[in-house]
Amino acid sequence: MADNAKPVADGAGRATPEMRTTANEVAVDVLALNKWFGSFHVLRDVSLKVMRGERIVICGPSGSGKSTLLRCVNRIEDWQQGRVIVDGVELTEDLKAIDEVRREVGMVFQQFNLFPHLTVLENCTLAPTRVRHMPRRAAEELARHYLARVRIPEQANKYPLQLSGGQQQRVAIARALCMQPKIMLFDEPTSALDPEMVKEVLDTMVGLAMDGMTMLVVSHEMGFARQVASRMVLMDAGQIVEINEPKTFFEHPQHERTRLFLSQILH
Amino acid sequence: MKTAALETYVRRELIAPLPPPLATRGLLGFARQRLFGGVLNTSLTLLSFLLLIVVLPPLVRFLIIDAVWSGTSRTDCLAETLGRPVGACWPFVAAKFRQFMYGFYPEAEQWRVNLTYALGLVLLIPLLIPRVPYKTWNAIAFFGLFPLAAFVLLVGGVLGLPHVETRLWGGMLVTLVITFTGIIGSLPLGVLLALGRASRLPVVRMLCVIFIEFWRGVPLVTVLFFATYMLPLFLPGNWRMDPMLRVLIGVVLFAGAYMAEVVRGGLQAVPRGQYEGATALGLGYWKMMGYVVMPQALKYVIPGIVNSFIALFKDTTLVLIVAIFDLLGQLRAAFADPNWATPVTLFTGFAFAGIIYLVISFAMSRYALYTERRLDTGARR
Repeated sequence: MADNAKPVADGAGRATPEMRTTANEVAVDVLALNKWFGSFHVLRDVSLKVMRGERIVICGPSGSGKSTLLRCVNRIEDWQQGRVIVDGVELTEDLKAIDEVRREVGMVFQQFNLFPHLTVLENCTLAPTRVRHMPRRAAEELARHYLARVRIPEQANKYPLQLSGGQQQRVAIARALCMQPKIMLFDEPTSALDPEMVKEVLDTMVGLAMDGMTMLVVSHEMGFARQVASRMVLMDAGQIVEINEPKTFFEHPQHERTRLFLSQILH
Repeated sequence: MKTAALETYVRRELIAPLPPPLATRGLLGFARQRLFGGVLNTSLTLLSFLLLIVVLPPLVRFLIIDAVWSGTSRTDCLAETLGRPVGACWPFVAAKFRQFMYGFYPEAEQWRVNLTYALGLVLLIPLLIPRVPYKTWNAIAFFGLFPLAAFVLLVGGVLGLPHVETRLWGGMLVTLVITFTGIIGSLPLGVLLALGRASRLPVVRMLCVIFIEFWRGVPLVTVLFFATYMLPLFLPGNWRMDPMLRVLIGVVLFAGAYMAEVVRGGLQAVPRGQYEGATALGLGYWKMMGYVVMPQALKYVIPGIVNSFIALFKDTTLVLIVAIFDLLGQLRAAFADPNWATPVTLFTGFAFAGIIYLVISFAMSRYALYTERRLDTGARR
C-alpha cells in the first residue's frame, strides 16, 4: 500500500479523492446529509466520499451520529436533506434503487442480528436463495466457503445462540459476505463482545481489508484502525470534525476535538 | 487469627468434576426438594393427595365399577332393576353413538364422513411428525386440498354423491367442521390483520384496527344470531346462503380478530434488530415477514394460539343458538328420549362429552408444548 498520497479535508468536511484505492471509482458518496430524529438534529451537513477499496474507520463519542451515518448508506435510516449515492445508484424513495443498493452493501451489527430460528448455514443461505434466487446447492456451497473463511466451518448446523459471541459475529460477517457485496458496513462489531473474543472478529475484518473490500467501520478499536484504515473520520455532535489518514490522525491530530477524543480513549 | 500479609494463592492442579451428592439426585432428591421442601411445600403436597383421595374413588366408581356396560333400554340402567347403586349408563351412549357422531346425516352416506376423517388423519399425522419429509407438499395437501375434498365428500351433489343438506349435519361432525374451518381460517386471517395493524400505512392500519375491535367487541352468540336471522333480512330477496356457511364465516371472522391480537403480541416480541438484519440483507417486506419475523413471532405465541384454538373448539357449541346441533346439541336432544330417561342419563351423557372434549383439548395442548420445545433453538441454555 502506497503511503504517499496526502488526504486533505476541506472546509465542508469533504476529502479530496486522491488516495490509495484499487480503482479510481467512488463507492459511496454522501452529500450534505441532514437528518433529524424528531427535533434532534442528529446528522448535520455530513459529506463523505469513499473510494472503492478504501477502509474508512469512523469514531467519535456516543450520540455523535456515526452509527446513524452508517445506517443511511443502506437506507435502514432515511434522512430529510442531502443525497447518498452508493455504487453509482442514488438512494431515493424509489424502492427498486434501495433494493439494488442493499443487495450490494453488506452490514454487520453490534448485536449480530442473526436469525435465531435458523441454523448458521440457513442464516447464510437465506438471502442468496430468496433475494438472489440462487439454487440451494450453490448457496450452501457459497455459505460453507465463507464460513470456512471466517474459520467456523464446523458450526454450520448449529443455531446461532449455541455459539459464543465472537463466533456469532463471525457468522454475521459470513452471512453478509454470502451476498457477495461490494461494500461492507460494520456498526461497532466488537462492542458487544467479551474482551477475549474481540481479536477473532478483528482478525476476520483485517483479512477482509487485505482482500481489498471497501469497508466503512464504526469502531473504537484503535489498534485495528491504525492497521487497516485508509482514512479516519472523527464525528462529534452530528458533524464530521476531522478526516485524515491514520498516521496524521493518531500522531498529529489537526482538530482540538480529535486530540481530546484520542486522549480519552487511548489511555 | 491475625496475619501480617494479605493471603496470595496459586492453584497447582485443577479439581476434576464430581457427581452431585446422593440426596439431591433421583427420586429421593426429587421428593425432598420438590415435594417436601419446607412447610408450605409439604402442606401443599399433602393437600393435593387429600384432594385426589376425595375425588378419584367416586369418579372411578361412577365411570367404571358401578357403571352399566350392556343393555338395550332405560330399564337396564335403573337401580331398581339391578338392585345396586348405578353409575354411568354406557348403553345409552352406545345407542345414541351415531347421533352423537353424525347428527342426522343419512346412515347410508355416513361412510363419507368416515372417509373424510380418515383422509384428514392420513394427511395430518405425518404433518405433525417432524421427521417425516415433504412437509411443504404435505401442508399444501392438508390445508389446501383437504378442505376441498372434505367439502365435496360431505356436501356431495357431484361425482355421483347424493347431496346432503347441511341442516342434517350434527354432532361431532359439526364440532369438527367448525373447529377445523375456524382454525385454518383464523390463523392466516389473524396473521394478515396483525401485520396490517403493525403497518406504517395509516389506512391499512385503521381498517385493521376497526375490523379487530368490531369483532372483539361483539359476543359470538350475537354474531351467530345476526348471521343467521338478521342478515337474510338485509340481503336481496332470493339471495340465500347456507346456514352452516354463514356460521362458518362468522366463526372465522370472530376467531381471526382474536388471533390477530395474539399474533400482534408475538410481533412485538421480535427485536428490531431482526427487521434490520433482514432489511440489510435485501429482503423485502413480505420476505422479511415470511422468513424472519413471522416464524419467530408465531413461535413466541404458540401458547396463546393454542389457547385460542381450544377456546374455539369449545365455543363451537354456541351454534346451538342458531339451531345447529353439535356434539353437545345432539347430547341434549338425546336426553329428551323417554326410552333412556334414567336418573344417570344426564351425568353419563355429559361425562362422555366431557371425556371427548378433554382428550382432544389435552392432545392439542401437549402437542403445542412439544412443538415449543422442538422450536426452542438455544434461547434457553
